[in-house]
Amino acid sequence: MKAATGMEHLHIISVLVENKSGVLARVAGLFSRRGFNIYSLAVAPTDDKRFSRITAVVDLDSAPLEQIIMQLDKLINVVSINELAPSDAIEAELLLATVKSDNDIRGQIIQLVGVFEGKIVDVGIASLTVMLAGHPSKLDDFEELIRPYGIVDIQRTGRVALSRL
Amino acid sequence: MQITGAQALVKSLEMEGVEVVFGMPGGAILPVYDPMLDTSIRHILVRHEQGAGHAAEGYAHATGRPGVAIVTSGPAATNIVTALADAYMDSIPLVVITGQVARPYIGTDAFQESDTTGITMGVTKHNWLVTDPNDIPEVVAAAFYIATTGRPGPVLIDLPKDVSNAMMEWHWPESVDELDLPGYHPATTVDQDIIEQAVDLICNSERPVMYVGGGVIKSNASDELLELAEMTGIPVVTTLMARSAFPSAHPLSLGMPGMHGNYTAVTAMQRSDLLISLGARFDDRVTGRVDAFAPEAKVIHVDIDPAELGKIRRPDVAICGDCKPVIEELIHGLKRRDVSGGIDDGNYRVTSRRDISPWLSTIHGWQERYPLIYHQSKEGELLKPQMVIETLRELTPDDTILVTGVGQHQMWASMFWKFKMPRTFVTSGGLGTMGFAVPAAIGAKVGHPERMVWAIDGDGCFQMTAQELVTAAAEGIPVKIAILNNAYLGMVRQWQELFYDERYSEVYLSPDLPDYVKWAEAMGCVGMRVDSPNDVAPVIEKANSIDDRPVVIDFRTDAFEKVYPMVPAGASNDDIILFPGQEEYASGVKEAGSSDSMADSKDEAGASGAGITEAGEGKVESR
Repeated sequence: MKAATGMEHLHIISVLVENKSGVLARVAGLFSRRGFNIYSLAVAPTDDKRFSRITAVVDLDSAPLEQIIMQLDKLINVVSINELAPSDAIEAELLLATVKSDNDIRGQIIQLVGVFEGKIVDVGIASLTVMLAGHPSKLDDFEELIRPYGIVDIQRTGRVALSRL
Repeated sequence: MQITGAQALVKSLEMEGVEVVFGMPGGAILPVYDPMLDTSIRHILVRHEQGAGHAAEGYAHATGRPGVAIVTSGPAATNIVTALADAYMDSIPLVVITGQVARPYIGTDAFQESDTTGITMGVTKHNWLVTDPNDIPEVVAAAFYIATTGRPGPVLIDLPKDVSNAMMEWHWPESVDELDLPGYHPATTVDQDIIEQAVDLICNSERPVMYVGGGVIKSNASDELLELAEMTGIPVVTTLMARSAFPSAHPLSLGMPGMHGNYTAVTAMQRSDLLISLGARFDDRVTGRVDAFAPEAKVIHVDIDPAELGKIRRPDVAICGDCKPVIEELIHGLKRRDVSGGIDDGNYRVTSRRDISPWLSTIHGWQERYPLIYHQSKEGELLKPQMVIETLRELTPDDTILVTGVGQHQMWASMFWKFKMPRTFVTSGGLGTMGFAVPAAIGAKVGHPERMVWAIDGDGCFQMTAQELVTAAAEGIPVKIAILNNAYLGMVRQWQELFYDERYSEVYLSPDLPDYVKWAEAMGCVGMRVDSPNDVAPVIEKANSIDDRPVVIDFRTDAFEKVYPMVPAGASNDDIILFPGQEEYASGVKEAGSSDSMADSKDEAGASGAGITEAGEGKVESR
């Protein structure tokens, strides 16, 4: 099975928006009204407190990228939009997962976390919570490898991205 | 100077040059209505908030200036949503101000609270919830700037009651540069290279058509369009939103395209090798099945909204800009090359442009063979709606503003009315809002009190917003309403007849319930009824002579009459359905082969009761 993040119809757009109330609702509302699909979404302030950055991964099966960008650009609170081609972008995502880890397999999981340069952030009697940051495809691989041990809970942030220098 | 937020709002409207607002007070907007007593801005008290919205739209359509409406929170705000959606679809500049519950109550499900900015987000160009009275001047200035620049559209300002009551220090932004709008940059300049590419396509085309949309009206570019058409000889189709952009009687006018377009306009686009789209958006009602639309045509697409370029049809040359300067640039570009081929050959010399005269004669042949036609009613039959519209046009001044609702009457009005000046057709296009006509006519008349304003309305439409005639009577706004009363939801009936095996489901309305004459009189209007063809002209003339009250005429029309031609929804424009019997008429023309014989065939048709009028050519033949 091909990992979702590797799919070719997904594109990353980085949208600089005014940091005002309701802006996320406008962006999300536009996506749903125009029939565009959001694959993942991350929102956070930038170094300039007037602006926030929305990093959206969009599913291009639903509409041409150009049309999505044009429609987004019509929103008054949208300042600028960059399409980040995967080859020109630094992408990262964060993963938190609680994995079943009875005594006999705990060592294997810790080893795996070590290989992926993750961290053990919480330890229970029969489970571990691990944290891993990195490229989304790396997170996909890690997720696949820990799945056989039994994932109790998993949460990913959605990717953030910046242009390569 | 310390003043209240409400005073600041009214003062800001004055600063924007607002001369009239349409509205209705209520709890949350009460503070704003107090300073309304002290302003020179005229307030027109409507009977329903939807009426305020459509009246503001009618005003904006007819004048080009933004329409303004003020209503309260909750149900008033939701009542005006239809007008916002209508204005959004048809790019009408509108500034709507709604009251909101006081800030501490927002989010508590307070009395008459609604999430107005949330509800209207998808039907406005932008909206604001004002949370600080000091923001009011900038928000109002930004609202007018955004509503009227770029692609025009409606905006909404939601004003909590305590913000209206709070004190603020009055100030006014000197220019739009002071407004904090880092994400709003409407298109301004056009690249010369792109103009040259467009000129290349025009010069190399043999079957060009200008596909003119509402953007030409918004841009006030009718004169430039006329110059471009006459200079190049390229025929012009005008969409529903652009019917008044080009004179119907002009030899290059092909009339309306689309689902109820005439044969020539539809077919000229289908066979075209170059569509010059000016302020039009390839709406589904124009294109029919998109992949079968104008299959051989290259496309020059001019639109001020970059998102329209390539949204439906990929253009060969995309020009993002305002129609007026872009058309001027195209004219300059063509003049530089010293090419024309236009009908005004005296001024221009053809050098390298392709000859389009075979194309023009093909088009002329279609016009002769497939004019818009209808049958006159026989003795004792109900009126033909087309005949009422043609008679009305003949008896009204050139600058009359025509307003319509939505449905069959709207299509007939668009087809059979002879447009002579821009901004004389006010109609609901994109949203297709039944009930638009009466309030929009009021708005148009307020904008142009010196001009005659006629609404052609359906009986179904009229019942949706007729209460605004009380507004018109009370405020002394003498609009005239021609109800084409066929006792049915006519367009729905037509679809049920054609596509649902004549199974008529919930479309009968009754011609007598309500009694339109009594209803008109009860609302302070003059009411008249016409059921004989001989009375049509005299009653219209009587209505034209009344200028102190609104007039309503109940024209009893034939419910069997259908709007033809028609392209069924989702079909290709090649599958156009003509008026029944038109093929025979056309073959008669073909056999006769000369214009004299064509007149003969018309006489024959006349003997059997057929009335004939040219499609978009303005030649109203005797019947």
